[in-house]
Amino acid sequence: MDFSFYFDLPLALRLLLQGTAVILVLFPLAAACSMAERKISAWIQGRPGPNRTMPPFMAYVPVIAPILRSLGLFQLAADGGKFVFKEDPIPGHVNKLYFVLAPILSMIPALTTITVVPFGAYLNQAGAWVPIVLANLDVGLLAVFAVSSLGVYSIILAGWASNSKYPFLGGVRASAQLISYELSMTLSVLPVFLWVNAPGGSGTLSLFDVVQSQSQPGLWGGAWYAFLMPVSAFIFLVALFAETNRQPFDMPESEADLVGGFHTEYGAFKWSLFFVAEYCHMIVGSGIFVLLFLGGWNPLPWVPLQTVIEAIGLAGQPLLTGALAVGIFLGKVVFFIFFFMWVRWTLPRFRYDQVMTIGWKKLLPLSIANLIVYALVIAWIERS
Amino acid sequence: MAALLFYLFAAITLGTAILVVVSKNAVNSAMFFLLSLMGTASLFVLLDAFLLAVLLVLVYAGAVVALFLFIIMLLDMHGGDRKPFKRTTMVASAFAAILLGLGVLGFVQRAQLTSAPVGAEVVAVGATLKGYAAQLFTTYLLPVQIVGFLLLIAMLGVIVLSKRFEGLEDVK
Repeated sequence: MDFSFYFDLPLALRLLLQGTAVILVLFPLAAACSMAERKISAWIQGRPGPNRTMPPFMAYVPVIAPILRSLGLFQLAADGGKFVFKEDPIPGHVNKLYFVLAPILSMIPALTTITVVPFGAYLNQAGAWVPIVLANLDVGLLAVFAVSSLGVYSIILAGWASNSKYPFLGGVRASAQLISYELSMTLSVLPVFLWVNAPGGSGTLSLFDVVQSQSQPGLWGGAWYAFLMPVSAFIFLVALFAETNRQPFDMPESEADLVGGFHTEYGAFKWSLFFVAEYCHMIVGSGIFVLLFLGGWNPLPWVPLQTVIEAIGLAGQPLLTGALAVGIFLGKVVFFIFFFMWVRWTLPRFRYDQVMTIGWKKLLPLSIANLIVYALVIAWIERS
Repeated sequence: MAALLFYLFAAITLGTAILVVVSKNAVNSAMFFLLSLMGTASLFVLLDAFLLAVLLVLVYAGAVVALFLFIIMLLDMHGGDRKPFKRTTMVASAFAAILLGLGVLGFVQRAQLTSAPVGAEVVAVGATLKGYAAQLFTTYLLPVQIVGFLLLIAMLGVIVLSKRFEGLEDVK
């Protein structure tokens, strides 16, 4: 197939189209996550979950309608519609500017980080892998960390602007927790980049290059970094749970002791913005974990996508290889979202002092030790 | 286009920087500081120093200002009923302003900037990881170490100030 008509379009228009396409995938995925959360929690707790809602005219559609109904998809549509028509109250005692600004701010980092995350790659006619990404920056992962660290402002401001005790406590907890776990998270990925950046190279933090270095042939080349650096992967995963405010680290909202935490005073559409932002963070975070430690779009460890494509004879078809890569990557991301929910409905919530103890006294020393050990080992390997 | 963007971001940086000082509400000040840092980061991007821009956002916008906000909220500071400045404060700030002005003046007049030949591509040191790291570990190694020691001293000071030494007689 010939795609030159697309590449002939002006760059600005192409970027606009690509960006819109990504948001059009991310938003429904985040919405579907909220439904999946309800269904998975129901499944884990041994109850049916939402399975009744259906618009009357759909009752005449055989087969498809009952399946959609039992999956709760109509419930999802009804809930989404509800947020638009619900009254959106602003309590009288709040700081109006920051109260309205906070949910909007929560969306900005959630949608900006996706620009540097590659969701796949295609094999072009020349036989080289080209990343499917909005912006393949050299500073890739640092940019993700930088922008996602801005996410804390929406929570602090929401807690402060609400001008009441529980949201304020939630906001304070959130800021302390996010700053604490950012350190371990950043330190935990350093061994990966020490390993990726061989001496003599130009030095890169691009996520695409990390996946490329996991798709080489051989015992060492094909191993995913989850196997080479299990401690790094573990620290990153724990810090990711803390950074996305997911159970067992959902201190900022913990409904048992803080009512609803930072979003206690929020309702309707503003609340749903916080909700969608949390799921977007989860999706992007899972994507980064998959790229760093689980081989990105490679189907199995020691089986790079290149081998699979050559085996089934797809080489030379950029569209199909790209679709396959994106499909495999999305599959892994969806599994990780399931993993997030699995943990949420399995583990009890930590106490706040336990969160701080784990962050500062356990995870941080562990990540520093991990970095030192891997730096020594990698230096020794490069020497010999 | 680049000139227009430069003026835009410079105006944002300076305008919000003034608002940081002028705002009566401490939370507003912190948020304007955040915007000012964003403007500075955009200026770095215009200079192709992507790494510096990202680091500025990561360290200052992501962590330092968040800590500021955290402290402001914990202390529950309300602006507006601020006491008028004391005489010593005014003298000290005037002195500091004169020193800063002299420093900038000296920098403008005595700094030796070699202008690049016209049309030559000048690569910013902060543009790539490798260039930045090489400079950090060669030319600027001593300043980096000194700044590190300064931070260590500040950290030790905080520990000494915040720790209660009631049970330890010999430390008193």
